[in-house]
Amino acid sequence: MTRAEAHAAILAKFPDAIVRDGREGKEAGDPYLVVKAERLHDVVKWMKEDPGMRFEVLQCLSGVDYGKDLASVYHLDSWTNKVTVCLRVELPREKPEVASITDLYGAADWHEREAYDLLGITYTGHPKLVRILCAEDWVGYPLRKDYVFPKEYHGIKNDL
Amino acid sequence: MSPELQSPPLAQPRAPGDVRTEEMLLNIGPQHPSTHGVFRVVVQTDGEIVLDSEPHIGYLHRCFEKIAESVDYLKVTPYTDRLDYLASMCNNLGYCLTVEKLMGLQIPRRATRLRMIVAELNRVASHLLAFGTYGMDSGAITPFLHAFRDREAILKLFEIICGQRLNYNYVRIGGLAEDAPPRWLDQVAAFVDFFEPKIDEYDALLSYNGIFIKRAANIGVLPAATAISWGCTGPVLRGSGVRRDIRKDEPYLEYDKVEFDVPIGRGEVGTLGDCWDRYMVRVREMREACKIVRQVLKDVPEGPVMAPEAKKVLRPPKGEVYYRIENPRGELGFYVVSDGKDKAVRIKCRSPAFCNLSVLREIAHGCMLADMIMIIGSIDFVMGEVDR
Repeated sequence: MTRAEAHAAILAKFPDAIVRDGREGKEAGDPYLVVKAERLHDVVKWMKEDPGMRFEVLQCLSGVDYGKDLASVYHLDSWTNKVTVCLRVELPREKPEVASITDLYGAADWHEREAYDLLGITYTGHPKLVRILCAEDWVGYPLRKDYVFPKEYHGIKNDL
Repeated sequence: MSPELQSPPLAQPRAPGDVRTEEMLLNIGPQHPSTHGVFRVVVQTDGEIVLDSEPHIGYLHRCFEKIAESVDYLKVTPYTDRLDYLASMCNNLGYCLTVEKLMGLQIPRRATRLRMIVAELNRVASHLLAFGTYGMDSGAITPFLHAFRDREAILKLFEIICGQRLNYNYVRIGGLAEDAPPRWLDQVAAFVDFFEPKIDEYDALLSYNGIFIKRAANIGVLPAATAISWGCTGPVLRGSGVRRDIRKDEPYLEYDKVEFDVPIGRGEVGTLGDCWDRYMVRVREMREACKIVRQVLKDVPEGPVMAPEAKKVLRPPKGEVYYRIENPRGELGFYVVSDGKDKAVRIKCRSPAFCNLSVLREIAHGCMLADMIMIIGSIDFVMGEVDR
């Protein structure tokens, strides 16, 4: 299966869930699909469980701050069909919320915690959404573009 | 259940017979010799049996991804050295290949072949450290000394080629920092001849040592389905019998032009997917790496090692790309988002050890506390890469 065929299959199954197809743009690099946040779980579940698709691996989950909006980006792998598909969910800055896929992939557990920790994206349904890399009492989400570095942390001064 | 262990509970094993035991919480790390770095794990035990474990990471978090957004593309390479500091060449390579893919850069063939040599030598060096420290985890000091003696020879080769022993910054976007000095390739060939027989020594010394087998076999069994769900890759996945290697499945550089095997666990001395299988995959991969280096050495053309268009400030076109390579620890992926400027919008590093380590809670469940150390060692993680 090629990536274009996988995209076509997803578009045929979920015509209402896909906001746009990244192939249409004139961008370099990999094509991707932009999925509506409320339908992401359905799409991923189908991709994993459909016998023709079999995306059995969550390769990577990244939170991205595009400046205006945040996004949660999923790289899913089908080792059976030897194809990788990239799904992107665009989330409003004020209330970035998307369903967790920890029930489908164990790997999503730590990855979602990381995106929550660094970008403040809330994954509803995650069993334990707490900070993973930063300290538990850290304030703010460091990978956001408008993040302001703290002047002090527990008496340790940041005066460089 | 303590408030620190609020993840969904696992089925609870009990001590055999009517032994009366007491549950307790035990904190291991972050400063502990057997946790291979600043890694902390809170273990809930029932007597000697581990009921649940909760890994705590982040003690080595250095904001790699934040820094990568604030410097230009060329300046990110030295930071990738410090991710998996035991396999810096491979990290450099993963990042550079990602940016090169986004830019569509063509790399001189000499650089490609030299990259394969340094990546495979680095794989051997990394596996040697894993082999040596795993011996120490099981109580054997001698293999560690053998491993470090031989690793030293690789570090010398790297020192000759780039002046560094740990953080190389040798693979650059567009090629290599500089050409290999004259006769370096002969020295590599001499090293491979010296090193290959040593692997038999390691097998005699540790791999098939009866005490070591008793210690490492049948514990920390990781079924293939669990490994796949948790995103495990590299020797951790292959130890469970899954033949998956990016060098074979999505060849990069010129790995499709060399012959090598992908060793997998077969449950020879115990259950498939146990600690011994993971350990043995690494030892066998050292042989395969030697095989690859020998083949690459036969054909290293003369010529430049840097693409001429990569010397100015890089401004990759707008777009995003995900690319991955086979690191000694598994699939190292970089996800780069560019908006056409000289700095990236986002660089995400999908580090193999991060995913491999997350499966610890699943496989350590129900083991003896002393085996916990063996299980942690068999995952072979580097905290620099887990915490980034």
